[in-house]
Amino acid sequence: MIVAEQKSLDEIRSLLRGKRKVLAVGCGTCVAVCFAGGKREVGVLASALRMAGQLDGSPVEVDELTVQRQCEAEYIEALKDKLADYDAVLSLGCGVGVQTIAEHYDGATVLPALNTKFMGGPTEQGVWLERCQGCGACLLDYTGGICPISRCPKQLQNGPCGGTDAGGRCEVDATMPCAWHLIWEKMDKLHRQDELLEVRPPKDWSTSRDGGVRRIVRDDLRKPKLESGA
Amino acid sequence: MSETSYEPNIVAFCCMHCAYAAADLAGSSRLQYPPFMKIIALPCTGRTDLGHLLRAFEDGADGVLVAGCLEGRCHYQVGNLYAKQRVNRIADLLKQIGLAPERVRMINISAGMGAKFAELANEFARDIQALGPTGLRKAAAGDAANAA
Ligand code: SF4
Ligand code: SF4
Repeated sequence: MIVAEQKSLDEIRSLLRGKRKVLAVGCGTCVAVCFAGGKREVGVLASALRMAGQLDGSPVEVDELTVQRQCEAEYIEALKDKLADYDAVLSLGCGVGVQTIAEHYDGATVLPALNTKFMGGPTEQGVWLERCQGCGACLLDYTGGICPISRCPKQLQNGPCGGTDAGGRCEVDATMPCAWHLIWEKMDKLHRQDELLEVRPPKDWSTSRDGGVRRIVRDDLRKPKLESGA
Repeated sequence: MSETSYEPNIVAFCCMHCAYAAADLAGSSRLQYPPFMKIIALPCTGRTDLGHLLRAFEDGADGVLVAGCLEGRCHYQVGNLYAKQRVNRIADLLKQIGLAPERVRMINISAGMGAKFAELANEFARDIQALGPTGLRKAAAGDAANAA
C-alpha cells in the first residue's frame, strides 16, 4: 500500500490561510488503512480545523467527503457539483489523489493534507515500514523475497557493505536489521546461499526514476478507436 | 465571571464493567459527584475513538473524562490501555487546536470504588471549572453564558 502521514495541524492551517469554506476529501483505500486519510481521519481533522479556527477568530467551514479512491477519475466524479461552493479542496489522499483532483477540476485549489511517504506495509499494529521503491525491475527472486533496494540504505546488490554489526544490524540505522543479513539468513533456510555467490552486474536503473517519468501502456485495455470511414 | 456560578459541560465516557457501575454505586451511596457530568456508558473504554473524544469538545464539552478499569483488569485485556493512548493523542491535538490538554483525562477505577469515582469526578470538575469554558459551546438560543 501507499503509506502516508498527516501534516501537522499548524502546517495544514497555514495552507488554508484565508480560506473560509473548505471541502476535506478523504480516500477509502491505501491512506484509510494506514490511518492517515480515511473517513475517520477526515472527521477528526475537519473537527480540529473548525475548532482551531473558531478559537483564534478565523472561523473556517469544513465539510467532509470520502471517496473510495481518489486516484481514479470515476471515483472523484462525486466532487463535480460541489466544488463551486468551496474556496479550496483539502485532499487527504496520497500525492496521486491530490493530483488527480487537481487535474480533473481545473478551477479548484487543491491542497495536500498528507505527506506521502512510501510503499510499504504494517510490520506490527501501528508501525509501517518501507518495502518497495518501485525500481521497475524486481529482483526479489534473487534475494529470497527481501528487497535490498528499499531495505538497504545503500541499495547494495551483492551482499552487505561490511558495516553490519555482530547482531545483524545496519550501520546506517542500528534500529533496523541489515537487509543483507536478512537475505543471507533467509537463503540459508532455503538452502540457496550458493546463488548469492554469483556476482550480479550493476543494476540498470533506467527502469527506475533515473529513466524519467514512467508509464505503462496496455494496448489490450485501451479504449478501442473506430477507424474513420470504416 | 465567578467560578462558582459557572457550570461546565463535562462528558464522561465510562466503561460499564467498572466506572459506570462505580458511578452508580456513588449515587446509591449518596456521594455527590457533579450533576452536570454527562455519563455515557460504553462496553469498554477501548470503544472510544479519536473522533468521539474530539467531537465532544466541538459539540460543547469543556472537559472529557474517560473512565476505565484498573490497568491489567480490563475485561477485554487492553481496551483501557488503548483508551489511554487515544486520550494522550487527543491531549496533544487539543494543544495544537489551542485548548488546554488538561481538558481530557483518563482515570482508572473498579466497580467497587464508588467513593473514589466521586472523588476523581469532583476533582476533574474543579479543574475544568478553573479552566473555564472552551469558547466552543454552540451559541444556542438563550445561551448567553458563552459570551463571557
Ligand atoms: S526489487 Fe525493486 S520492485 Fe522489487 S521490491 Fe525492491 S524496489 Fe520493489
Ligand atoms: S549494514 Fe546492511 S543494510 Fe545497512 S547499509 Fe550495510 S549492507 Fe545495507
